[in-house]
Amino acid sequence: MTTLEKPVSDLQVPDDIQPNIFITTLDKIYNWSRRSSCWPMMFGLACCAIEMICTAASRYDLARFGMEVMRPSARQADLMIVSGTVTKKMVPQIVRLYNQMPEPKYVLAMGACASGGGPFKEGYNVVSGVDKYVPVDVYVPGCPPTPQALLHGLITLQRKIDQQSIRNVPWYQPGASEPIPVPILGPDIIDPRQAPLLRDRAARGLSNSLTVADRVKE
Amino acid sequence: MTAAPAVEKAEVKPDEEFPGIAAPDTRKGYGGYLVAPEHLVEVVTKLRDEAGYNYLSSATAVDYLEEGKLEMVYHLYRITGGPALVVKAQTPRDKAVLPSLVPLFPGADLQEREAWDLYGIRFTGHPNLKRILLWEGFWGHPMRKDWKEPYFEEETKPFDSRWPGGAVFRSEQHNPFGHNVKYPDGFTLEGWTPEADKALYAGLGTVTDVNAGSLKTDQIVVNLGPQHPSTHGVFRIAATLDGETIVDLEPVMGYLHRNHEQIGERNTFLQNIPFTDRLDYLSSMSNNLGYALAVEKLMNVKPPERAEYIRVIMVEMTRIANHLWAIGFLLNDLGAFFTPALYAIQERELILDVFEATAGSRMMCNYMRFGGVARDLPDGIEARLNELAFERLPRKVDELDAYLTNNEIIRSRCIGVGVLPAEQAIAYSTAGPVLRASGVPYDVRRADPYSIYDRFDWNVAVRYNGDVYDRYLIRLDEIRESIKIVQQALRDLPGGEIQTGKPQYQVRVPAGEAYGRVDNPKGELGFYVISTGKPNPYRYHVRAPSFINLTPFGEMCKGHKVADVVVILGSIDIVLGETDR
Amino acid sequence: MYGLGILRGLGTVLTHFVNTYLDDIRWLGRRYYNPQALAVRQGPKTAGIFTVQYPEEKLVTPEEFRYIPFLLYEVKEDGTKEDRCTSCGICAKVCPPQCIWIERTTDPKTGRPVPAPREFYIDIDICMNCGFCAEYCPFDAIKMDHDFEIASYDRTSAHIFNKERLSTSVDYYASIRPTNYAREEVARAEKEAKKAKK
Ligand code: SF4
Repeated sequence: MTTLEKPVSDLQVPDDIQPNIFITTLDKIYNWSRRSSCWPMMFGLACCAIEMICTAASRYDLARFGMEVMRPSARQADLMIVSGTVTKKMVPQIVRLYNQMPEPKYVLAMGACASGGGPFKEGYNVVSGVDKYVPVDVYVPGCPPTPQALLHGLITLQRKIDQQSIRNVPWYQPGASEPIPVPILGPDIIDPRQAPLLRDRAARGLSNSLTVADRVKE
Repeated sequence: MTAAPAVEKAEVKPDEEFPGIAAPDTRKGYGGYLVAPEHLVEVVTKLRDEAGYNYLSSATAVDYLEEGKLEMVYHLYRITGGPALVVKAQTPRDKAVLPSLVPLFPGADLQEREAWDLYGIRFTGHPNLKRILLWEGFWGHPMRKDWKEPYFEEETKPFDSRWPGGAVFRSEQHNPFGHNVKYPDGFTLEGWTPEADKALYAGLGTVTDVNAGSLKTDQIVVNLGPQHPSTHGVFRIAATLDGETIVDLEPVMGYLHRNHEQIGERNTFLQNIPFTDRLDYLSSMSNNLGYALAVEKLMNVKPPERAEYIRVIMVEMTRIANHLWAIGFLLNDLGAFFTPALYAIQERELILDVFEATAGSRMMCNYMRFGGVARDLPDGIEARLNELAFERLPRKVDELDAYLTNNEIIRSRCIGVGVLPAEQAIAYSTAGPVLRASGVPYDVRRADPYSIYDRFDWNVAVRYNGDVYDRYLIRLDEIRESIKIVQQALRDLPGGEIQTGKPQYQVRVPAGEAYGRVDNPKGELGFYVISTGKPNPYRYHVRAPSFINLTPFGEMCKGHKVADVVVILGSIDIVLGETDR
Repeated sequence: MYGLGILRGLGTVLTHFVNTYLDDIRWLGRRYYNPQALAVRQGPKTAGIFTVQYPEEKLVTPEEFRYIPFLLYEVKEDGTKEDRCTSCGICAKVCPPQCIWIERTTDPKTGRPVPAPREFYIDIDICMNCGFCAEYCPFDAIKMDHDFEIASYDRTSAHIFNKERLSTSVDYYASIRPTNYAREEVARAEKEAKKAKK
């Protein structure tokens, strides 16, 4: 993004960056309108979802940020608040929902669980952070983050939106964006992107069933 | 195990009635009776029909790895009150088969499925034995003691790698896939097909043509969830529909299965307290209490007077907060989008402020300790509690009542919907408001008193129609009773200590088993804990009311419309953290 | 009469609606950004609009509130910092999700352990804010912070707190938890006195 913080009046603008001035102004409008109507998807996962609902309720009032319109349909949502523990059984649905969201889309990982597994990380059915599957824009630590902490996370997200420019945002680049392959429930959760790795390890006869304890010993 | 109130019928002794078949469990610290598996159904039938033990509270498995045995433990109660009769049956680990109790107690349905899923016990005669918390095709039965999760470090906490040579690592660094996964050696995606939901849809019956009058319709299977906004979390409903009418319905869960019990068996006794907060995360204080009671039973300690009163105040406040939330969201499900919920949440926020000031967190209170509570009420909290209990909450409950109860739309949507008759409610092992709204005045606080509930003047709320409307009304009744209890407790709150003995981070728990249960806002919450004298529980099981209350859900929905399903679910009031654990 | 119930219900909503304006009039422009008004608005006497205007105005954090833990150091007279932590490892042992890693210092000459941590890590992506570490630390060296405004864009680098990130001065602790601090100081002084007597 070109910076034109200084007063423009006494500045000679070279002809070749004339269009940029237009874009920066446009950026401001574009970002302002996106940040002020960032509709979250209405879906909660665990304990953190309760705090998310409280954030939407009268005391913290998400409407002050233009985010009160929780959309039950992924097609109408701009922001996915992953509010809680992501389990292996649930992650295919989350990826599917993410794929269904139209761009521009943002993901906010709320709470320790969504960020990195949280207190249940060691469990056999828990994914160590939703960012293993979908890209995350903002992480809000805490277990659970209080509604004010979530609001702070949302403001942090707005700041990120403010820094984007219409010129290089990925969704205006040529070519369609690739959907994320949906994980498969096999003997354990399988990320299709890791199929080659699986094949390779099987061919080399490497074990896939060792635990952290075994590997630390090695 | 607990002090028995007056029961009409005397204690039965299965070993005398069934010599050679049932024998008292003589292991140290254990109670109950071991029954030969082939006679289990016969013994339990007789206990139910002749001795009056007609309420199956909990059925759970235990893995005795060293003896090579799996054990099912059944806690039976009389619905009229009194202590438990514990029946156990053992089966070898390598060929684990037991008779199913579902024909006798339909309430055993989901619990036996859980035992199959996590322990691999096959129940002969179970109508629908498939995985419940995990998915078909999962590798192994994870609660068995010799099954290791991918992030397994040590059998019990604390882990040695943390101190003194604590080189920090994230567990995923030690996994070739960078994930929390493990696969059978040599596994590849080639030539492998997922089993996924085949079994589920097969159970729902094939699509057939039905002649509805002159109109020919097809039945279709519709999935609601797991991310549907009105399923109260990640809960899925698979329903067969004939037009708008539910023909068959099956709850599908496990989308929030966080391995609570397995982590609980790695934890020390103390470390489990904050984890119980995350079971029913709307009522963490009561969860704490249930667990503390179970372990206190083993340790044989009693909290001091002041702690008892503080416990009761906090637990009843939790009940109020929980029921407010439940009512608010029931109305949401009915389509009264958000206004009633906002009013209810406002009052809940005020209660949470009290929790935040005393316990340190709005939701995850982590407040009870073995033999007391974590800290005393800070300055000003008693005044605030008084203000809430004597002034604000009674007024606001009346307001909510006036606002909603006689609303014609609510009445016509709720009355006669999702009826659960009393006999069924008992047979299905439902608990809490769901059971009491069906006309069964069964409240653990009365039937099997714990803490100091016998000192207060309050009534067990009952309603008799067993429909959604009564389940709504009973929550209002219970809020009023809770306010009464809190008022009395605040009035009598004594001074003094809040903790028996010194606070310790390593508690000594004598060997034995204990089943502690409390009347949670959602229903009877039980903790079955086995100690071997080590710092960690050998078995830690949660009898989750939200989970078991879902057993009759399919029955309750049959014949109703799709829109009613959401309402019926809302009236059961589940929390997924507890359902799936 | 059919519909009366609905009308009565709407009456409740109307009361709430009117109340917001009445409350505005009562405070006459001083309702927001005013600590006294905030205390009343957020207490059991609240009427009218219940909203806190975060981030301009924040709820008062109660003293016991817990978020992420932090480590305490004392500033000596000569300006050096001394950690209270003796690396006894109790917090790492009591931590329910096991998110604390402590490296003990060893004397380079003798190889014997020295009661001070060389490194101290907390993985805040695992921490469940339960407060056990603070509750059971015998040296009052680890406490729970009130600061919840720590959202970040990247967790790989920012979410394992090391000793440097965790260390905070005792004064800060005294400012966020005055009553706890006062109580603990009394207990510490008593202990010192006892030790001195011996
Ligand atoms: S971070 Fe904590 S509060 Fe949030 S979902 Fe996980 S366990 Fe629950």
